[in-house]
Amino acid sequence: MTATTDKSTDAVPVETVTCTIDEIEVTVPKGTLVIRAAEQVGIEIPRFCDHPLLEPAGACRQCLVEVAMPDREGNLRPMPKPQASCTMTVTPGMVVKTQRTSAVADKAQEGVMELLLMNHPLDCPVCDKGGECPLQNQAMKNGRATSRFADVKRTFPKPIQVSSQVLLDRERCVLCQRCTRFSEEIAGDEFIALQERGAHQQVGRFDEQVLHFAPPCAGDHGAGGRAAPGPVDIPLGIAQPDASGQPFASYFSGNTVQICPVGALTGASYRFRARPFDLVSSPSIAEHDSCGSAIRIDHRRGKVMRRLAGDDPAVNEEWITDKDRFAFTWQSAPDRITTPLVREDGELRPASWVEALEVAAQGLAAARADGGVGVLPGGRLTVEDAFAWSRFARTVLRTDDVDQRARVHSVEESAFLAHAVAGTGVGVTFADLEAAPAVLLAGLEAEEEAGVTFLRLRKAVRAGARVFSVAPFRSRGLARLDGTLLPTAPGTEADWLTTLATQAAGDLVPAGADRETLEDVAGALGQEGAVVLVGERLAAAPGAYTAALRLAEATGARIAWIPRRAGERGGVEAGLLPGLLPGGRPLVDEDARAQVAAEWGVAVEDLPDTPGLDTDGILDALSVGQLTGALVGGLELADLPDPVHARRALGAARFIVSLEVRRTEATELADVVLPVAPPVERAGSYWNWEGRVRSFGRALESSALPDHRVLDALAAQLDVDLGVAEPLAAHRAVAAFGAWKGARAQAPQAGAPEPPAVSAGTAVLASWHLMLDDGALQDGEEHLAGTAKRPVARVSAVTAAGFDVFDGDRVTVSTDRGSITVPVAITEMVDHVVWLPMASRGCRVHEDLGARPGEAVRIAPAEKGDDA
Amino acid sequence: MTDTLTPVLTDTWDAERSWTLESYLAHGGYEGLRAALAQDPADVVQAVKDSGLRGRGGAGFPTGMKWGFLPAPDGGPRYLVVNADESEPGTCKDIPLMLASPQHLIEGVAITSYAIGCHHAFIYVRGEVLHVYRRLLAAVAEAYDAGYLGTDIQGSGFDLEVTVHAGAGAYICGEETALLDSLEGKRGQPRLKPPFPAVAGLYARPTVVNNVESIASVPGIMAKGADWFASMGTEKSQGHGLFSLSGHVTRPGQFEAPLGITLRELLDLAGGVREGHELKFWTPGGSSTPIFTAEHLDVPLDYESVGAAGSMLGTRALQVFDETTCVVRAVSRWTDFYAHESCGKCTPCREGTYWLKQVLHRIEAGEGTGPDIDLLLDLCDNILGRAFCALGDGATSPITSSIQYFREEYEAHLDGRGCPFDPARSTLFDDTPQAPPALAGAGGHR
Repeated sequence: MTATTDKSTDAVPVETVTCTIDEIEVTVPKGTLVIRAAEQVGIEIPRFCDHPLLEPAGACRQCLVEVAMPDREGNLRPMPKPQASCTMTVTPGMVVKTQRTSAVADKAQEGVMELLLMNHPLDCPVCDKGGECPLQNQAMKNGRATSRFADVKRTFPKPIQVSSQVLLDRERCVLCQRCTRFSEEIAGDEFIALQERGAHQQVGRFDEQVLHFAPPCAGDHGAGGRAAPGPVDIPLGIAQPDASGQPFASYFSGNTVQICPVGALTGASYRFRARPFDLVSSPSIAEHDSCGSAIRIDHRRGKVMRRLAGDDPAVNEEWITDKDRFAFTWQSAPDRITTPLVREDGELRPASWVEALEVAAQGLAAARADGGVGVLPGGRLTVEDAFAWSRFARTVLRTDDVDQRARVHSVEESAFLAHAVAGTGVGVTFADLEAAPAVLLAGLEAEEEAGVTFLRLRKAVRAGARVFSVAPFRSRGLARLDGTLLPTAPGTEADWLTTLATQAAGDLVPAGADRETLEDVAGALGQEGAVVLVGERLAAAPGAYTAALRLAEATGARIAWIPRRAGERGGVEAGLLPGLLPGGRPLVDEDARAQVAAEWGVAVEDLPDTPGLDTDGILDALSVGQLTGALVGGLELADLPDPVHARRALGAARFIVSLEVRRTEATELADVVLPVAPPVERAGSYWNWEGRVRSFGRALESSALPDHRVLDALAAQLDVDLGVAEPLAAHRAVAAFGAWKGARAQAPQAGAPEPPAVSAGTAVLASWHLMLDDGALQDGEEHLAGTAKRPVARVSAVTAAGFDVFDGDRVTVSTDRGSITVPVAITEMVDHVVWLPMASRGCRVHEDLGARPGEAVRIAPAEKGDDA
Repeated sequence: MTDTLTPVLTDTWDAERSWTLESYLAHGGYEGLRAALAQDPADVVQAVKDSGLRGRGGAGFPTGMKWGFLPAPDGGPRYLVVNADESEPGTCKDIPLMLASPQHLIEGVAITSYAIGCHHAFIYVRGEVLHVYRRLLAAVAEAYDAGYLGTDIQGSGFDLEVTVHAGAGAYICGEETALLDSLEGKRGQPRLKPPFPAVAGLYARPTVVNNVESIASVPGIMAKGADWFASMGTEKSQGHGLFSLSGHVTRPGQFEAPLGITLRELLDLAGGVREGHELKFWTPGGSSTPIFTAEHLDVPLDYESVGAAGSMLGTRALQVFDETTCVVRAVSRWTDFYAHESCGKCTPCREGTYWLKQVLHRIEAGEGTGPDIDLLLDLCDNILGRAFCALGDGATSPITSSIQYFREEYEAHLDGRGCPFDPARSTLFDDTPQAPPALAGAGGHR
């Protein structure tokens, strides 16, 4: 190699180096580790600590190989010792000999393996990992047949319960540090660390017993006059203290169980439940958020035993959230609906499909003729289903009163989605986030609402990206992104976005604005590759979507919308919004209507031509009898902004058909209930927030029918052929629409009204869903539920002082509708704002308060006996 | 015979209150710093290169060259870290030096910092030696008061802060990257290299890590010249060094002599092996260096000759054992030390020392069997060169070398026979009647 290095950065082809491994020449990008280069030519070097997504450690020494390198004169010089191939990068002309061609490497690996097994309990017959264990497999491949160790093994007492979900058996641990490195590098939840040394080294929590520390004296805390931090982000269930001394709470700890190369870390729900060789594995896509994470479903005799992260470098890499991993029992819950139900004499009774479809068709036809049918499909549909729902609504029910949003929504949001999201294809991707120099989050708490997106942002931050968040306080997630908070009272997100857009456009910003921050953020977002991520919660902030678009335009940053539910992006594509036809075609556009009519095989005049009602409008119309029928999908009334009103509205409807997996409030109000298949029992696709189609196959044999098939049959009863009875046909129906080349829907032009004044005794409500809460899709998994955060009310010190409450006191947040009593956590945050988790156990904001974020609520110290 | 010695660092140890700045200055202290501050930093580095000074911590890497590895200044901080975590069994040179003449080190720190452009230097002292820690703290305070540390040192415009940090008592923290982690407040475990400390050391900044004796040797080089230093020693191992004789010698202690001196000469100075006994084996540089026997008495104690004879000069910790010592017992105790001090990061060292310890204990107790000796050798082969850092290598040296020279003695322990030695005979208090110490008796050790 010469000393000249060409440092031109413009998209030069990747610089490569060539080396020889076991006499095979391989050319790899510069900086590739020897162990990776060997993989390229199909040579597997045994390893434990090495993991492609973690930084090299070189701790286990299992991957030793012989290496020779040319010196300055070009003579090959063997290195005196075997080298760890997981820490050494390939250099030009390097000659590597692995265990296949080198006796030295082979003996070194055998030696290390013998040492690793020496203190290992060898309890494979009772270990969960047995049968899929890298230690077991590599010991068989690269180890000695017998051990010479005849001495005393190191032992530990049986497992440490790290959390209600994760257990740690220390004696099985080979101290590869994958779990500790994952926690530190990937999730940022440091909870277990190495302690002690030598053979006593162990992974564990900070343990005074292990470390022989005296426990901290009582009364030490707060001696300096500082109050101890409030009880925030504390899990409901049992948990060991993490590195900060707080009970361990993580949404990603299940990944450590999966990457543990031995059986040291196990999941409580799978422990001792199955053997890997009895399991059938089906690749799938997680249904819990809009990230579209690849997962693997392991099932045995028709029952799902566990779920693992799939390996998809483009989307979730090899990580998933604990919700994606552990929350699957809802699909086989005892309240699954297994047959169609028909209401007779006020009671639902089982019925045949033939009867139920007939009754449903007649009822819908009658309602269609008498005021019309409102369609509420819910936000969790596959895209195949979403297209079927969209077509059913427009061609069978001949209505545009269709809206998938079972949450706070707005007309401005519909316009934003039609203008900036629908039919845009793959936009900002995970890879774009990783490469972005700056990311602004608005109305989005990435860790809670889009878990693996948070991990990818964290990866970007570790590479130097900056994250800004328009939110009322700096959450633990934002802190772990090293993010900058742009403090905002809920409902006024538009202020920051507008001012930033003004700053970026070079216009005059309002007096009194924080110029330094504005310049900093606008400058960062002006960089090539910057991204603005907006969440569905901006619907509660008038003018915010409008301002976000202006900001993106002014800075040149790309914008992406990240909803919470898995089906919403696909629903936007399918036109499950009033005024929006598939592929981003505006309903009011004649060409668009003509294209859709042609594709659906109906006359153009049979399609609705005026935008219909959104969810709020449909419920209002039902409650006053303007609409008389409802077709309802996977929808929980408690998720709606005003569940009481929704119950009244559906109660007033003359005829309701519900397509559901399990019994819900909606099915209890329905006249006909048609059971549909949960994701595990069907094939389908989600469109994740990137716009990427995430298809999955059916994992379990089942006779349950997907929505599209049920709708196809129902349409047939009403003499319409949807042509989507078969999964393949349904899938093709999605692709049938080409891109819309016509004018896009108008951008929203909403202004931001002055926020309401906060009167004495009240505060503005801020709220979002925590990843783990009281959601129906987490039902039946108590180990997981134990890792959910305890609900607290967050207020600033100033706000708390105004209500005379102290950190940890119980407060009652109330409206005329009802109240919620939870402990208060003093938080550095915007004054006169109170934050509550949206739908945690004992804290259902919409249900209990009937309030939306941005509205005023009353706060008072809890009276004795108020404790819920 | 006194001509053999070259007292430089030890020169003032017998002076009244030798550890004080006053005493140090009375003996020509801080001449080196004055000379250095009058020069360009690059010239100071060159002088140290010219002197041939090699690292006195054991590895013998040329000190000036190490300084030269620092990247060009980028405006950010650069650090000097002095490795004073002397913990190797048998090694006892830095601690007496810092106890008797700490200003030597502090002057060296000032000169080195000036040479490499460092404005904050750290001295990482082994935590157990509280008396040395306190003496260093006092010495640093004295140097600050006298203007040898702090801002605008001796009117030169050069600023330097010195922090003395006490470790928590871990042998591994003598490994330079583990030391840096420990100094940063983390668990002391060796770091992956590269990046080397010269590029990303303390707080990921360019850092020079040097042994106490290396740094303490710098003032002399500055005051008396590189040629003076290079005139001592051998062609490739130049200068003076502390030779620490301990064990079965008549007068154990520190002998400062040019590199290349032999144990035979040193033993003459020390009054020989204790009366009535003969040399059995010895370590040239602490327990991590393969042992030598009487046949190596004339090996010149310089880096090259000791290496050629199959060991390492190491820290010149000459532990002398006479024929009353059971080599298995000695090696077993050393192995206990390595098992106790292994940091646990890598498998070979963590698990290997745990196993070696048990095998040696078994052999000593007579519970060993024939294959155990080969097992020891094979385990050592599986550890040596396979571990993450040199600690694992060091753990194998006494075992392999002792089996090389004393295999029959190992065999004599096997198959139920147990140790043929009377351990009491090897103790100094049993074999050499001495007058009771002055303070013996009630309360003597208070």
